[in-house]
Amino acid sequence: MDDPYKTLGVSLDASHADIRRAYRTLAKQLHPDLNPGNMEAENRFKAVSAANELLSDPEKRAQFDRGEIDATGRERAQPASYRDYAEGEPGRRYGRTGPQPGGWSAEDIDDMFGKMFSEGGRSGGKARMHGRDELYALTIDFLDAVNGTTRRLTLPDGRSLDVKIPAGTVDGQVLRLRGQGNGGVNGGSDGDALIETHVTPHRYFKRDGQDIRLELPVTLAEAVLGGSVEVPTPAGPVRMRIPAHSDGGGELRLRGRGVPAHDGQAAGDLYATLRMLAGGPDAALDEFLRNWKPEHPADPRRTMEAGQ
Amino acid sequence: MITIDLLVAQLSGLRRQDLDRWISNAWVRPDGNAGTYVFREIDVARVRLIQELRDEMRINEEALPVVLSLLDQLYDQRRRMRELSAALQRVAPDELRLNLARHLARQD
Repeated sequence: MDDPYKTLGVSLDASHADIRRAYRTLAKQLHPDLNPGNMEAENRFKAVSAANELLSDPEKRAQFDRGEIDATGRERAQPASYRDYAEGEPGRRYGRTGPQPGGWSAEDIDDMFGKMFSEGGRSGGKARMHGRDELYALTIDFLDAVNGTTRRLTLPDGRSLDVKIPAGTVDGQVLRLRGQGNGGVNGGSDGDALIETHVTPHRYFKRDGQDIRLELPVTLAEAVLGGSVEVPTPAGPVRMRIPAHSDGGGELRLRGRGVPAHDGQAAGDLYATLRMLAGGPDAALDEFLRNWKPEHPADPRRTMEAGQ
Repeated sequence: MITIDLLVAQLSGLRRQDLDRWISNAWVRPDGNAGTYVFREIDVARVRLIQELRDEMRINEEALPVVLSLLDQLYDQRRRMRELSAALQRVAPDELRLNLARHLARQD
C-alpha cells in the first residue's frame, strides 16, 4: 500500500480537519456505490478509506509516523456495500417497478430492441415472437400493373422471390408475401415480406380507377367523315369506329377495355378523347377552306366572355 | 434479517430518530410495520450508504432524495444490463454474441 499521506494528497503536517476534508472530497468522487462497475474507483476508494482510518486516529497516525506500523496492517474488511445488493435481485426492493420479480415491460424491451420485438406484451426469455416484416420497393411498368404479371425479386440476402403482381395493382400498393420476412423466435411465426409497388407512368394511358383514359389523335377527315381506326388498349390494339361529325374533345368509350376484372371488380372501360390534328400544310385544303361557305356559320367562342 | 434495535446498535453514529425519519420518508423500506420492522441485508447496506452520504459526503437530507432517486435509477439500469446479459448467455448463439461484442467494440 502507498503512503497514506500521498493517497489522501495531504502534507505530513496536515491537521485533522485537513485530513477529513481531503477524505470527503475523494470519497465523493470514488465511493463505489456511486461508481458501480468501476474497479479503479473501487480500489482507490479502499485505499483512501484505509488511509483516512489510519490518519484520522491520532494514536495510529503517531505509530505510523514513528514507523511502528505500516499502512497495510490496518486495512479493515469493508462491509458488503449497497451496490452488492442493489444490482442484483434484492435491489428490486428500491427499484422503479417495486419489489416483485418480473420480466421487462414492453417499454423496456422497446428501448433495447426497437418496437417490433415487444409484440404480445410482456416477454420472458422464452417468448414466442413473430418475425420482423421486411419492406421492399418494386418498380413496375404501367401495363404490368394493369394486366398483372409475375416478377422475380432478388433479396439482399441472396434469396429470390417470385412476386405475383395482381391485375389492377395501383401505385403505392403494398403486396404482402406471408412468411417471407425474418424468421420467428421460439416458434413464433415468420414475418412477412412487404413489397411497396411503384408504377411508372405510361406514355399515353392514364389510370382512372378501373378505367383507362387516353387522348386519341384523329385526322380532320376521320373526325368529319367518320371511319374505323385502330386504338391501343392495355390488352392490345382494337378497331373502333369513329362516328361521322365527331369533334375534337369528344369522348368515345370502349366498354370493358380498361383495367381487367380483379378482386370482384368488373373490368373498367377505356375512354378515348379525340384530338383533331390538322396535319401539315396542304394547298388543296387551303384552297377548299378559302372557298368554303359553312352551311350553319357559328362562333365556337360565343360562350366565352371577353376578358374572362 | 435484523430488528431496528440491533441495527441501531450495530451501526455507530446512527441515531434511532434519524432512522425512523428515513423510514417514514421511504428512503429505507424494511419489512413489517412500525414496532416490528425487520431489515434485510440490502436495507442495512442502504442505511449505511445514507449515513455515508450524509456524514462523509455532507449531502444534507434535503438533497438526499434526489441522490437516492438517481442511484435507484442507476441500479435499475445496471440490473437490466445484467438481466440482458444473462438472457443473451441463455438464448443467443455464440456467433451472435461474438458479433454483438465486435460491433459494440467498434463504436468509438
